[in-house]
Amino acid sequence: MFADFSRGDDCLFEINQKDQQPLPPPFDDIDEEPLFRRLTEEAKKKYVLLDDTIAVNIPKPETQEEEAQLVNSFLSGLRRLVSREDNWTFLEPLMISLEHCAKCQTCSEGCHIYEESGRHPYYRPSYRSEILRRIYFKYLKNSSTWVHGDIELNWKTVARLIELSYRCNLCRRCAQSCPIGVDNALLAREIRKVASQEMGIVPKELHDSGSMLQLKVGSSTGMNAIVARDNVEFIDEDTTDRTGIAVETPWDKEGADILLIHNAGEIMAWPENPGGFALLFSAAGLSWTMSSDLAAYDGINYGVWYDDFQFARTALLHLEAARKLKVKKIVIGECGHAHKALSVIADKVVTGDLNIPRESGINVLRDIVREGRVKFDKSRNDFPVTLHDPCNLVRLMGIVSPQREIIEAIVPKERFREMEPHGVENYCCGGGSGFAIMSGHNFAHWRHHVSGRRKLRQVLEAFQGEVMDMEHPKYVCAPCSNCKGQLRDIIAYYDAWERAGIYYGGLVELMVNAMVDAQPGYIDWEWH
Amino acid sequence: METVPFWFACAGLLAFLVSVTLRTMMWLRMPIHVRWELYPVAHEGKRASYGGSYLEESEWWKKPREFSIWGEIRVMVPEILFLVALREHNRKLWYRSFPFHFGLYLITAGTVLMGGFALMGSQWESAEGFAGVLRMGIIVFGLAGLVLGLLGAAGLLHRRMTAPELKDFSAPADLFNLAVFVAVFSVALSGIVLLGVVEFFASLTGLIGQIVKLPFGHAEAQVPGIVGLSVVLMSLLLAYIPLTHMSHFIGKYFAYHSVRWNDAPNLKGSKQEKVIQEALGQPVSWSASHIAGDGKKNWVDVATTMPGEIKDR
Ligand code: SF4
Ligand code: SF4
Repeated sequence: MFADFSRGDDCLFEINQKDQQPLPPPFDDIDEEPLFRRLTEEAKKKYVLLDDTIAVNIPKPETQEEEAQLVNSFLSGLRRLVSREDNWTFLEPLMISLEHCAKCQTCSEGCHIYEESGRHPYYRPSYRSEILRRIYFKYLKNSSTWVHGDIELNWKTVARLIELSYRCNLCRRCAQSCPIGVDNALLAREIRKVASQEMGIVPKELHDSGSMLQLKVGSSTGMNAIVARDNVEFIDEDTTDRTGIAVETPWDKEGADILLIHNAGEIMAWPENPGGFALLFSAAGLSWTMSSDLAAYDGINYGVWYDDFQFARTALLHLEAARKLKVKKIVIGECGHAHKALSVIADKVVTGDLNIPRESGINVLRDIVREGRVKFDKSRNDFPVTLHDPCNLVRLMGIVSPQREIIEAIVPKERFREMEPHGVENYCCGGGSGFAIMSGHNFAHWRHHVSGRRKLRQVLEAFQGEVMDMEHPKYVCAPCSNCKGQLRDIIAYYDAWERAGIYYGGLVELMVNAMVDAQPGYIDWEWH
Repeated sequence: METVPFWFACAGLLAFLVSVTLRTMMWLRMPIHVRWELYPVAHEGKRASYGGSYLEESEWWKKPREFSIWGEIRVMVPEILFLVALREHNRKLWYRSFPFHFGLYLITAGTVLMGGFALMGSQWESAEGFAGVLRMGIIVFGLAGLVLGLLGAAGLLHRRMTAPELKDFSAPADLFNLAVFVAVFSVALSGIVLLGVVEFFASLTGLIGQIVKLPFGHAEAQVPGIVGLSVVLMSLLLAYIPLTHMSHFIGKYFAYHSVRWNDAPNLKGSKQEKVIQEALGQPVSWSASHIAGDGKKNWVDVATTMPGEIKDR
């Protein structure tokens, strides 16, 4: 299977729906599932092919020079990847994972993509790692293929490997099960880094209309600060109308205790989330502000998925805004990757007065509940609720109990059910590592049929025993913007709202819905 | 000729120690890296039971961090001894890998006992009391270790050759390494069959005794041929292990302590900040257009500017 990777022009394999495990009821008839849309012939002609979809759009090289360029630039990137200067950020974890895989395949059992694809061998977490490893040992270290295994390095190997690095949610569930501590997610990200930092190859949703747009305009949504402020003003008005409590988001308030940074996607797609935050923070009497500085009103940081420099640039803008406003801390809204980016990864990139404390918004909400600053009435949330654990927040940061403590206070005990597994052993929503915003060609279909399938399965399992129709609404609480995006797409794709009454939203929405002083009905159960 | 096994054993042990030291130093000299922890983190005290972290605390930076070394030990010891992760996630392989690894531990323990026995100056035949217990330990650990090691290595080799998911990923050396273990353990066990278990370990203990006493005197070890052959092969294996990916016993320590469990925050004014500042001063040569590293600009330069598009901020 390693030889095939460097040969042929066609897709190496296709997703066969018949190989997949049926979902739980009422979606248990696999023949009734929507059909996986195949790639168009035009796309197949134009772009490098790996499987049944395309994420990166690498054009097939037309000349031998272009072919050689792909190989040479990949190798030069690989050299930088193992250099102390160019990759100090990840060198040690990278080398541990490059040198110590026992090829035992234990990691495969942890991976939802591998399992839900019908256990396709090319989706084993260790497969892409092993290709990288073989290239590294054969072409950089000149080691014997007898020891490290053989691989032919040509433009197809390079292009397919880059494409394959975008068949991983970077959820690191596989790393949890590795008996040695090898991290296939890290290796997938390192491949993405070589592609981006050396070759300039990145899906456009992540780079051109993602991190670049954020660095130029202020937000990957395309909103500049004026538009963001206008939108938030509108959200404040709407929240005031819906709850009967006057809400006004403070902007650029110097000396506030808290700089609150949302994923700006919330402002555009789920306004009730920033509205809910504003309402709760104000009602709790917190001293807080938002910032209209470049990128400081959008907590996203797509660099965490593919590029250390884009990551650092964005994190610095966030911290710079906090320094300027002289806040005591940055509080991060409901966005998993923004949490991990700013709290954990940026931790080793900032020094001096930019080293401003960062905290999860979920902790602050938990304290509001714990300290009784806002009164809640659980009976207002008298419907089945399950909780999705965003990987970045939970497995990668260890924030597990605050959201549960909140739920305990706002949802009747008998109405809450955990997904299995949950907490740090959760499964990714399927939209992790940028996938939630990637929909080129038929990539959305791949997300719905493969990467997101395990989460849909878990949601359905959690609600088994309930009446599965729209008259009996159920709430999937997902305290992360990207996860919500993926859940929205997959619920819509399978028609799970109409067919099973499955609805989704964030944590603050559920809190405001139970807030005694607010008018009831903050969650409107209208599919948007 | 009689001292060949003795010198092989010395050289094998030395080569092993040198390789392990060099490899450990290589990991120790790795530059600081960004945080990449993975929960559960074992030293998180009570929170470790559900995978929580100090980041769950409000204003955690104002509070003392709980660090439970006992929590680490509670995870590390069963992991090392019983390969808990493999047992939980890959039972089929664990049935083979566990006896293999446990066999190696027993052989190591048996060898340490041999050294201890020799240092006590006891005679094999007349050993009594504590020395008698050591002698019994040597025989039991040694024999059980070789049997388990052989069964495990053979089981692993068989599975690697037959299970498609392992076969497809294996390089010839992966099979060779396991075959070597099978061969070496088989030779040692045939020695036991030929000489009898007591005699085999008695002569082996004599030879190990000579090694541990080497700093105090000269070597005069003479052992039966089959014991000599076992010792030579074991010594070669000992020297070979750290040169292969089987040095994962060192890498695994760093995977856990330096990566998975390394959640130490970079607090303002800490020593870490200085190290980070130095790292940020290193040159960048990545050549994509949005980075345009030229080997002169450093990390701070690149992170605070955008080539051509956004001027210095
Ligand atoms: S990454 Fe870990 S679990 Fe996966 S094959 Fe390698 S050693 Fe085994
Ligand atoms: S990180 Fe997640 S998606 Fe990627 S290979 Fe591992 S388990 Fe699969």
